[in-house]
Amino acid sequence: MRIAKALQLTLTLLACAFLLVPTIQSVLAGVTANYFRGLSSGLTLKWVAEVWSLYSGSIFLSIGLALACLVVTTLIGVPAAYALARRPGRGSRVIEEFVSLPLAIPGLALALALLQLYGSLQGFRAHWSFILVGHVLYTLPFMLRAVLAVLAAIDLRSLEESAATLGAGPWRRFIDVVVPNALPGVLAGGLTVVTLSIGEFNLTWMLHTPFLKTLPVGLADSYASMRLEIASAYTLVFFVMIVPLLMAMQWASSRAQRMFR
Amino acid sequence: MTLTLSKVAKTFPDGTRALNPTSLEIAEGEILSLLGPSGCGKTTLLRIIAGLESADAGGTLSFNGEDVTRLPVERRKIGMVFQNYALFPNMSVRGNIGYGLKMAGLPRAAIAARVAEVVALCRLEPYADRAITALSGGQRQRVALARAVAPRPRVLLLDEPLSALDAALRTDLRDELAELLRAVGTTAVFVTHDQDEAMAIADRVAVMSMGNMLQIGAPEALYRRPADAFVARFVGNAMPLGGRIEGDRLLIDGAVLPLAQPAHGTTAWVRGEDIALDDAGPLPATVDAVTFLGTHYRIKLTTTGPAPLFSLHHGHSAPRPGDTVRLSIPPHAILTLPAAA
Ligand SMILES: Nc1ncnc2c1ncn2[C@@H]1O[C@H](COP(=O)(O)OP(=O)(O)OP(=O)(O)O)[C@@H](O)[C@H]1O
Ligand SMILES: [Mg+2]
Repeated sequence: MRIAKALQLTLTLLACAFLLVPTIQSVLAGVTANYFRGLSSGLTLKWVAEVWSLYSGSIFLSIGLALACLVVTTLIGVPAAYALARRPGRGSRVIEEFVSLPLAIPGLALALALLQLYGSLQGFRAHWSFILVGHVLYTLPFMLRAVLAVLAAIDLRSLEESAATLGAGPWRRFIDVVVPNALPGVLAGGLTVVTLSIGEFNLTWMLHTPFLKTLPVGLADSYASMRLEIASAYTLVFFVMIVPLLMAMQWASSRAQRMFR
Repeated sequence: MTLTLSKVAKTFPDGTRALNPTSLEIAEGEILSLLGPSGCGKTTLLRIIAGLESADAGGTLSFNGEDVTRLPVERRKIGMVFQNYALFPNMSVRGNIGYGLKMAGLPRAAIAARVAEVVALCRLEPYADRAITALSGGQRQRVALARAVAPRPRVLLLDEPLSALDAALRTDLRDELAELLRAVGTTAVFVTHDQDEAMAIADRVAVMSMGNMLQIGAPEALYRRPADAFVARFVGNAMPLGGRIEGDRLLIDGAVLPLAQPAHGTTAWVRGEDIALDDAGPLPATVDAVTFLGTHYRIKLTTTGPAPLFSLHHGHSAPRPGDTVRLSIPPHAILTLPAAA
């Protein structure tokens, strides 16, 4: 019994170490004065500052893209999920599968398709909204499915009908009944969308232009062309950005879920 | 408000004829109960009155003479209590009750005042600020009713409001609901498949079967003078006696039971409380089973008739299974009804 427990603990710790050690090492490398001489060379924020001066544009672009992506997927995903939830049936299943198709297609292929279709529209091609389109295509199924799952679990029809008997027209019913009850799904979906958008590399790599580098694209760029310390400092910046964001969204969604229990 | 239905029918897109043309008038302040077995079209009729379902072309529906057949549900000013209550989980008890008032565009202060009034009427004070999820079934039922009556609807529609509760609670809440509906004073239509519930709450009961309205009347009238065998069976569990009616006599295998008046060619029915064990009675029977129910015995009897008879026997002792007894039925207690379709 005790041996089994100890074994379990060891395994867990090993798994943690497996994930954490490279991360910590990378983060440490980002604040080491000279990586090849190790920590003895002293700690510095020089590299972080350099990353900031070189790539702050990428940071803001990524945050902007993620937020825009969240807004667009919410605006499309919630009404779409609502429409699908109201008419469950074969047609709705087919549409749901169709929207989910980008999940199964490699990001590269999706990007290629977008380039073939819109590549010649110069203004659009070089604009950040071009990358946004790719991100929306890729993340929409996550929003749609999260909202649909929540809406399918409540008796939407009778809730709406009871609102109607109390004098609420279609728009009020949507705002007062559908949206608040879909909120846990929207938050869960939003969490996924923001995370995926910030971390997306495949598709963005194909779609980006030299002036439009998102965080992961910038990361690849720094790995390829900068000192190792700068690349590591970049990883550190990435963590500092995304971890609080993830924690905030996780907190919001668990709060919302408790609200509806 | 007077509610008038004229030739209202409903055929669903898949061809199901849920309601045959029905005409009906419900008086101001009256509580009407729609009573019938599952699938007979009660909910469909209620939803047509609410505006949640449209009637087939040709039918009209009016409130106080105003034609509302085409009026969408949100503009009909009705109140409805759903079978599963359909309370808004994203609002508190107060929020639910105030929702209709908010939709009516009342100012905040007026909403708060009316909500407080309805909360008191439905005795919901201790729960007013709770979340819906923190209420028991009976409390939810009262919130659903409070929410429906708060905006002073023209007619109150209730779809089996007690069926989601367990049996003991149902009996308690039945009387409470009857009292509340009378206190509110609104015209109300109340759907149920439980005859006791219908009798306890309604001024008039409409018995439905397979999309038809068979008979409408006060509970006593339905019980004492059912229009046909279905109503007699459904309201008060009448049992067929079999035999043959000739003039003012019922002949069952040689036994002769007198009737109150001639009823040639009809069938004879009787209720359990009217069958007396009587050594001098004309009808022989064998005791099959005896159940003691506290206030009375329920005795299962076999005669030569088409179905076993159940007698409600109030004596201090009962015969034993296997005994042969004789039965008498007072002439006025034999219901003579047209043969069921
Ligand atoms: N949307 C629909 N489409 C097709 N048929 C329907 C629909 N709704 C109800 N029906 C049919 O109409 C008939 C009447 O249904 P209704 O719901 O009015 O019965 P009910 O008397 O309320 O029964 P219960 O006591 O079980 O609630 C049933 O045969 C039912 O199957
Ligand atoms: Mg029903």
